[in-house]
Amino acid sequence: MNLLLALILLPLLGAVVVALTRGNEPAAKWTALGFALLELVLAAAAWGVYEPGAARLQLAGSVDWIPRYGVSLSFGLDGIALVMVAVIALLMPLVLGFSWNERLPDGRGRGGFFALLLLQQALTVAVFAATDLFLFYVLFELMLIPMYFLIGGYGGQRRRYAAVKFFLYSFLGGLIMLASAIGAYTYAASTTGVGTFDWATLRGVLSEAPLEVQVWVFFGFFVAFAVKAPLVPLHTWLPDAAQQAPVGVLVLVVGVLDKVGTFGFLRYSLPLTPDASRMLAPLVLTLGVVGVLYGSLQALGQTDLKRLLAYVSIAHFGFIALGIFAFTSQAQVGAASYMVNHSIATGMLVLVVGMIIARGGSTSIADYGGMARITPLLGGMLLVAGLSTLSLPGTNSFVSEFLVLLGSFTTRPVYTVLATVGLVLAAAYVLRLYQRVMQGPPSGTAVLDTLGGPGAATDPESAVDGGNRTTPRDLDGREIGVLAPLVVLVLFLGLYPAPMLDVITPSVEATMSEVGVTDPVTSQGGN
Amino acid sequence: MGVLTQSQTAPLGGGRVLAQSAEMPQIDYGAVAPLLIVFGAACLGVLVEAFAPAHRRWSVQVGLTLLAVLLAGVFLGMHAQEINTGATTLAGTLAIGPAALFLWGTLLALSFGAVLLLADRSVEPGGAFVAESNTLARPGESAGTPVDAPGAASAAVMQRSAPGGVGMRTEVFPLALFSLGGMMVFCAANDLLTMFVALEVLSLPLYLLCGLAKRRRLLSQEAAVKYFLLGAFASAFFLYGLALLYGYSGSVRLSEIAAATAGSLRSDTLLFAGLGLVVMGLLFKGSVAPFHLWTPDVYHGAPTAVTGFMAACTKVAAFGALLRLLHVAFQASSWEWHWVLWTVAVVSMVVGVVLGLTQQDVKRMIAYSSIAHAGFLMVGSITLTERGLAATLFYLLAYGFTTLAVFGLLGLVRTSEGEATRMSDWAGLARRSPLVAAVFTFLLLALAGIPATSGFMGKFVVFSAAFSAGMGPLVVIALLASALAAYLYIRLVVLMFFHEPDPEGPTVSVPGPFTTAAVTLGVVVTLLLGVVPMLALDWASVGGFVS
Repeated sequence: MNLLLALILLPLLGAVVVALTRGNEPAAKWTALGFALLELVLAAAAWGVYEPGAARLQLAGSVDWIPRYGVSLSFGLDGIALVMVAVIALLMPLVLGFSWNERLPDGRGRGGFFALLLLQQALTVAVFAATDLFLFYVLFELMLIPMYFLIGGYGGQRRRYAAVKFFLYSFLGGLIMLASAIGAYTYAASTTGVGTFDWATLRGVLSEAPLEVQVWVFFGFFVAFAVKAPLVPLHTWLPDAAQQAPVGVLVLVVGVLDKVGTFGFLRYSLPLTPDASRMLAPLVLTLGVVGVLYGSLQALGQTDLKRLLAYVSIAHFGFIALGIFAFTSQAQVGAASYMVNHSIATGMLVLVVGMIIARGGSTSIADYGGMARITPLLGGMLLVAGLSTLSLPGTNSFVSEFLVLLGSFTTRPVYTVLATVGLVLAAAYVLRLYQRVMQGPPSGTAVLDTLGGPGAATDPESAVDGGNRTTPRDLDGREIGVLAPLVVLVLFLGLYPAPMLDVITPSVEATMSEVGVTDPVTSQGGN
Repeated sequence: MGVLTQSQTAPLGGGRVLAQSAEMPQIDYGAVAPLLIVFGAACLGVLVEAFAPAHRRWSVQVGLTLLAVLLAGVFLGMHAQEINTGATTLAGTLAIGPAALFLWGTLLALSFGAVLLLADRSVEPGGAFVAESNTLARPGESAGTPVDAPGAASAAVMQRSAPGGVGMRTEVFPLALFSLGGMMVFCAANDLLTMFVALEVLSLPLYLLCGLAKRRRLLSQEAAVKYFLLGAFASAFFLYGLALLYGYSGSVRLSEIAAATAGSLRSDTLLFAGLGLVVMGLLFKGSVAPFHLWTPDVYHGAPTAVTGFMAACTKVAAFGALLRLLHVAFQASSWEWHWVLWTVAVVSMVVGVVLGLTQQDVKRMIAYSSIAHAGFLMVGSITLTERGLAATLFYLLAYGFTTLAVFGLLGLVRTSEGEATRMSDWAGLARRSPLVAAVFTFLLLALAGIPATSGFMGKFVVFSAAFSAGMGPLVVIALLASALAAYLYIRLVVLMFFHEPDPEGPTVSVPGPFTTAAVTLGVVVTLLLGVVPMLALDWASVGGFVS
């Protein structure tokens, strides 16, 4: 059986098996973890089989689905998709590990929760692997369903609102993309006589299309992707979803789901509509830079831990958009690797913050203070995650951010300089977070309350769960197990990014040549 | 009428069926066998009603009806194997081609499910229909407050007065069969007069069926009267339009109207006034806004099983006839009327979605959703290409089965006073009955057009056909309407899954074998067509209408 097919079907099978173990919580948990680990092994195998520099799409397979409309079930991986699949496979066991004993809303079983997570994984892998435009759309929309139930069923106080908002934003974006896809299909049918949704064929037809056609197609895809990888002003669903989603789910949202948007830019927008992409690049760059600045400033001003994480992500997605639409191979390699590194860095940050919230029972920053004294290990982890988020040299994100800025500067100096301000702001919001929560004497209701100190006062407004708390303990073995792989990756990819860059670079260069852009002479020499 | 000369050549190049004698038209029995079976069984059903003993009637009627529908389906299948080009028969009054056969198949399959719903006696003990009308006419009961209370009281009376579990009017089955026969003729009619007769044959039994609810009598009767009055107006419009078109072209035959429109110096006023009035009659039946006003009340008041039958089958019949009319008779003049129906499609989508959002009752919400869907169907109907026709036929099939299953499930959520259709009653349903909530969610997602359901495939094929035909802006409007409509359904999903149930709230009845079968049928088809659309799409694309 095709390895890629196995990568898609395995979590699906896992979801079914886990769903069948309803009620038996330990069985459900261990089964889910088993499937997630097996998927990780498969992903590693796929990485091993993948040959950078060989065919653009590898492990490919295709079966006719709706031949009358030129639709087929086609899958294949390029380097960018491969690393994203690897990231999901890596994050899933960690998310399961994090959610192992997490408190769920009343009446919700962990079996259903884990089954939905695995279903989400299957659909997300499939989205990255799809090489048929129609299939991509189908999976793009289907992906919303488990996430809708994950947020709406297992989230915080206002989870219904957040879930519906998330769903409607993405669904509307998807429908606009569908209009574009149908337009692309119709155009292909009218020029070649054969309508098709095959990615490679459409690329050949559409990239020769007149600018006007390209602009319409580009626009539809852009809206869908800009909602997904939230670009200002289409980002407003993310802070709400982030605040209400369970922490494990939030890791998947910012770590993987949103990457479908930036992945879509690289896989669909640029190759299918190169002329329109070049023409409209300033628009996207502007939105990207606005996102960097706006997200960073918002992150500085947040009082809620989870909303802060959302705005951090919005700022980072601005960077990724900048890298993609700067049209140099350095910047695009930087952006593509940023997609991975953001997943690792922000994923870790979300998990650490989740562990803080699990101890304090509140998501309000003001309720915390001086936790490093009580839980030094947790403090250290927050620092590592934070430093990776602010792209300190030596951490993984630095490599990507540096490549983006370096590559963009040669073609888009003004945007790049503006975006650099975001770096400064990033340092400010990360250090502010660390200082408020970890440093100083223990303070804040959540911390003091758990200490059982005399000044303890409960604040029912911000409390996530009332009572039943023990003294904040430091990280236990499970939590260390969850964070350790991420710490290793942060340092490893920070010091030796070559394995990942080698996989990404050929695909990025293929994209560049599809767009018909060559690097400016000064930046030749690559990385 | 001197129309017994010869039938038209089938557009797909089929053989000419000629030479009827003046006395007796030639009848292609193979082609009309499904019709004869349905009407024959309906007449037989009336006899059963008259002669069979009361306690046997239900089983005999159900058996007879299901058998007739199945048998008609078998004959249809045999005939469909035989020919692909189609022909006219019965002196050219019926044109049975590939598209008509597809519509017949759809109608038969849907009414099979609907009859199963009608036959159910376990959800509502004794069946959802009145037992004996004279027990209901007592003034103290039917003249009271408008809703629930009197109906509940009389139901209680009836259940006591009808021991042995018979307690159900069995003439619903012949009525449904007559209606089904009318629908089948409706979408195969080759002249406007036949179409009008079929319209009446399909409508009159429906008016009756609407008024037969056992509970909430007043609401049900109000629905029946409203449907009847408005339906009568619509029929009158149709008839008036027919007369004008006859005046224009000198014939009621669709092909001759088409020939007249192709190039003549006759008055366009007659043509477009006639077309407008005729189409109005059809849009009324298809519950397309702005001719939709009856829909919410009738959907709400009629017995749920009847609503299911009406929502699924009438839609198919009305749009089948509309497609036939536009494709066969008015294709040549499409430039002139195109923009009017364009507007109607947009209005219907907007009205359905926006008013649907304000509803507090599940049945009414589904009614408005059907109006929005009628708008989507209009997009397909005015796409006068082969692909547009196939897409619209597919959409009708997909929508019909989903709707059927929706109404099957709607009847299951009940309080002691009957069906609980207020939205607030549905809060937390997933806790009470995860299976029903999950299946209902799947159907709602299908109505919303989420991939992997037939609803999505239907929308996709219709919209892509319309896009190919150069209606890009309309498609974009339709897609935006779909996005808004999604909120309609998501609202209910939120209610079912993410709200706490009210301890006093309704219970979910365990469906009997009939309802289970009907719902399963609808759900399976919804899933199957979403995953393997080629099953039906190939058949829908075999060919168009003949005339």
